[in-house]
Amino acid sequence: MSMVKPGSRARAIAARMGQTLPVLAGVVVISFLLTRALPGDPAAYFAGAAADEASIEEIRIALGLDKPLLQQFFLYVGDLFAGDLGNSLSTGQPVAQDLARRLPASLELTLIALLISCCTAIPLGILAARNPGSVIDHLCRVLVTAGVSLPTFFTGILLIYIFYYLLGLAPSPLGRLDFIYLAPDHVTGFYLIDAAIMQDWYTWWGAVKQLILPATTLALFTLAPIARMTRAAMLTALSSDFIRTARAAGLTPRKVLYGYAFRNALLPVITTLGMVFSFTLGANVLVEKVFAWPGIGSYAVEALVVSDYAAVQGFVLAMAVLFVVLNFVIDLVYTAIDPRIAFEQS
Amino acid sequence: MLTIDDLAVSFQTRRGKVNAVRQLSLTLAKGETLGIVGESGSGKSVTSYALMRILDAGGQITQGKLIYSGMDLRHVSENDMRNIRGREISMIFQNPRAALNPIRKVGHQIEDVLRQHLQASRQNAKQKAIEALQAVKIQNAEERYHAYPFELSGGMCQRVIIAIAIACNPQILIADEPTTGLDITTQKVVMELIRDLIIERSMSAILITHDLGLASQYCDRILVMKDGEVVEEGRPQTLFTQPQHPYTQKLVMATPHAETDIRGLLPPEQRSRQPVHTVSDKPLLEIVHLSKTYAGKSGPVHAVKDVSWCIREGQSVGLVGESGCGKSTTAEMLVRLLDPSEGKILYRGDDIAAVPARHFAEHPHRRQIQMVFQDATDSLNPRHTARDALAEPLRQLAGLRGRTLQERMEKLAAMVGLPVNLLDRFPHQLSGGQKARVGIARAIALEPDLLILDEPTAALDVSIQAVVLNLLVDLRAALGMSYLFVSHDLQVIKLLCDYVVVMKDGAVVEAGPTRSLMANPQHAYTRTLLAAAPVLDYA
Repeated sequence: MSMVKPGSRARAIAARMGQTLPVLAGVVVISFLLTRALPGDPAAYFAGAAADEASIEEIRIALGLDKPLLQQFFLYVGDLFAGDLGNSLSTGQPVAQDLARRLPASLELTLIALLISCCTAIPLGILAARNPGSVIDHLCRVLVTAGVSLPTFFTGILLIYIFYYLLGLAPSPLGRLDFIYLAPDHVTGFYLIDAAIMQDWYTWWGAVKQLILPATTLALFTLAPIARMTRAAMLTALSSDFIRTARAAGLTPRKVLYGYAFRNALLPVITTLGMVFSFTLGANVLVEKVFAWPGIGSYAVEALVVSDYAAVQGFVLAMAVLFVVLNFVIDLVYTAIDPRIAFEQS
Repeated sequence: MLTIDDLAVSFQTRRGKVNAVRQLSLTLAKGETLGIVGESGSGKSVTSYALMRILDAGGQITQGKLIYSGMDLRHVSENDMRNIRGREISMIFQNPRAALNPIRKVGHQIEDVLRQHLQASRQNAKQKAIEALQAVKIQNAEERYHAYPFELSGGMCQRVIIAIAIACNPQILIADEPTTGLDITTQKVVMELIRDLIIERSMSAILITHDLGLASQYCDRILVMKDGEVVEEGRPQTLFTQPQHPYTQKLVMATPHAETDIRGLLPPEQRSRQPVHTVSDKPLLEIVHLSKTYAGKSGPVHAVKDVSWCIREGQSVGLVGESGCGKSTTAEMLVRLLDPSEGKILYRGDDIAAVPARHFAEHPHRRQIQMVFQDATDSLNPRHTARDALAEPLRQLAGLRGRTLQERMEKLAAMVGLPVNLLDRFPHQLSGGQKARVGIARAIALEPDLLILDEPTAALDVSIQAVVLNLLVDLRAALGMSYLFVSHDLQVIKLLCDYVVVMKDGAVVEAGPTRSLMANPQHAYTRTLLAAAPVLDYA
């Protein structure tokens, strides 16, 4: 019998965390090699159009790019262990500092967007599954189709046009806070949290107003896979034998729907949620551009264009760590929901 | 207690309205156990769902009265109905593992029902749930309270389902194929538990089953249903000794029992003379010290332990045992889908176990050994027509093309009694019996010497099973094949096989010629198996 002892469970979680180390090591190697494989010479770029051979070479030496690849790699790894991600050539700031400033902006946007889309998509999916072929089911289908087929930059601009230009309800789409507000003191980097900590509700509301349009844009896009998966998983769960048992035992429709069907439908929904989160975080660069959001996506694209090695590597590494953590959390949630899934014990 | 009067249930489908139940009337007296018997699609389960008003979407009661203690259940409010379900009328389902919520502790699932019907408070719910588990004779009920369904055996899950059903002391218990999917010995234990509970709590019960033997053993009165209508009703003895309706006669005949031969399963007008098959002394397949060991989570699992026996040319060998005894693993090793851990498989003297399973497809003996799988539906590709399924082995292993291929396929279809015009249908357009024929035709396409049949009739209705078993007898004689017939049903094996091997826990406990082994079983386990099978009582 699989009566798991608490001690062995903790060990299993530790072992699962250990499995993430090779992944991170692989990401370090690959991000280093890929950035070196990018076309373009950063030394030539930063020397400027008027520079001659000698000054380019000077910059190359200053950047350490004249050394053999292997040596460059070991220097990079050494710096990593010291917590130094290098300096960005384009911003002139340490990459770690840039990321610390920009990552929370992206995370805040993505998380709020996912919150909005979950709060809409999951109830919608449940209602659609409960009454297949009904009005709400068709509404769900229309919304899902619209969500995936409209590109985010288009919905973004459309929302700006309606709510900022026509109705004047939304503030100007220029970053995380309008210029009349002061940014809250940096604690977590999430403006909503930092403002709440300072109990500065005026700024908090200002940050919310800036967030609504870009978050809605992203939410519309992420709605589709979540709603669709919820509907499918709920349909499967509702047609299971154990639902019939529950109904035959006289349980209320509410208990049957949420206590029995929904908990069983949660697993695929959470898998989808994890995937959607990962790809939204990396892919929301278009939304960041449209709303002048100082996020990590636009930072990475700018760095990539100018072969800013340190910045690109820092970005890839940050994303990798984030994905690893996310997957780990999802695994933990799985085991909490479904007792059949236990950590593989070696 | 319960009166159903002129009930009609119809389902709205894409092809229009289908009447699942028509003009059904029955009465159930207090303390009585009523059996409803019929083959799949006869409307026996739908009747019980209608009574509980838990019909699937699209199902509707179109006519009739369902009178329970003075109320017409068809017209009571959904709220009142919910109070009746589980408290007044309870249900036990088939496939117990699927019928329990997989991610909820079984104790909590019992508590849900108790709390719903106000039979327990938050404080004493756990105590009452444990009592319910004890009532269905579950050992260590306190510990089992915390178990999830996947941690329990099928029989144990069925006990939990029964515990849920009887937790609130209902007046009527409906058991819908309660032992389908359970082993024959577990079936006996579960049925006896249900019977004892019915007597102990003086409940009335409805037992829905396709198994005439089971119905005759546990019911006071039986209804026979066909195509949504009751065709006959009576006490088990009279019903089965002097069936009046032709359908009941056919059903009784098709059920394997001690005194029949294989042709006796068929209606008299279809009984042709049984062909004789000759068994030679020459061994066709010898199994020598065969073992299969898997690496399990807690140490190695010995699925098959040092098994040795032999199939002679022309002989039909039955391999019997309960789930987990290693019979399917053995069959898979013989057909070389699985590599044995140890031992030899000598086919006409060649050790085919020496060839890895991956490379056996190219082996010359490959076409000599074919297999018919358990589930006729799942073992056919849903996107391939019957013709595609038959063409595959003929193209791959016999290299037939064009005209010769078509002719061969039509001949095969004729051999298994499949109308040629059905060849272009997809599996979902064929009936269970027709799919079984396609599976057999595919297996005999290359005229193998040895056919391994893994419970080929387990999912079929008895009347179809009778036809398929007779087809196998005819094909055996016509093609001179040897059979290895894997089954849990000794009665079926007795009709078809010359020799029986009984397995338990991966080892052979007894083997011998069918007649003497069945008449005089030596091992205690064989005797248990024989005693556990419900038989039609003709006395």
